[in-house]
Amino acid sequence: MNCRSIVKELTNYLDEALDSTLKASIEKHLEHCEDCRVVVDTTKKTIQIFCNSEPAPLPEDTRTRLREALERRLRRVRA
Amino acid sequence: MSTSKMNPLEARPLPSQVVKDDEPILVAAAKGGDISAFETLVGRYERKIFRLAQNITQNREDAEDVLQEAFLKAYEHLGEFQGNSRFYTWLVRIAVNQALMKLRKRRPNQVSLDEEIDTGEELMPREVEDWGPSPEERYQQTELSGILSSVISDLDPSFRIVFQLRDIEDLSTEETAEALGLSIPAVKSRLLRARLKLRQKLNRYFRRSENS
Repeated sequence: MNCRSIVKELTNYLDEALDSTLKASIEKHLEHCEDCRVVVDTTKKTIQIFCNSEPAPLPEDTRTRLREALERRLRRVRA
Repeated sequence: MSTSKMNPLEARPLPSQVVKDDEPILVAAAKGGDISAFETLVGRYERKIFRLAQNITQNREDAEDVLQEAFLKAYEHLGEFQGNSRFYTWLVRIAVNQALMKLRKRRPNQVSLDEEIDTGEELMPREVEDWGPSPEERYQQTELSGILSSVISDLDPSFRIVFQLRDIEDLSTEETAEALGLSIPAVKSRLLRARLKLRQKLNRYFRRSENS
């Protein structure tokens, strides 16, 4: 296992989609490769930061137009 | 008691992974004609669907159209929702289809999701610097939102959409592949590139040396 193979398998490793043998070889490499540890850690943080980010509140005018569009449709359904 | 999945990396539920217990009840009520139940679902997901639409289309007006069309279509086709997936996953698929149609209409020659992309770029990260714990806490919420929005908008659409579905909306690799009409290897390849590119772009904001 070398640094290039670590990057190639990074997504499967972070998504826990590897078999135990490959996972163990990656972790063995990470034990002694500082650069790969940093890449794995900062990529994991990248995902976490995006995943944890809350969407901004809906602009008021956008919400109003959405409600009006729904109301028009619902009125047609009721009629 | 919540039944949310736990993230093995952080041992706490991520916002997008929290499944509200009452969602199937609301969907069943909406199917039965309870309009207020559907409005509750709209209120619950409107912000996420708008963000998704903005990230895909990169255009506020198109995103607003997508938001409306996604909820109207969901209401119209609610009877076809079988409950085999979460309602939100089903809604995301509808919104993605609408957003891709907008994007292709606006940029017909620039958006092709089904081609294998060889950017010729080296995957090996060039900048390798530690960020330290909780780097995002160095920024105010609005400032952080601006940074995230700016770095994701720089990505090629085919990488951006895969990252959005897989890592922000929490769809599985298989669900992402199905929603975009891509193979699983294509989703994984785009996701890897998207994650590495975003990591590299965020590096300038979060590296330790930036704040030391």
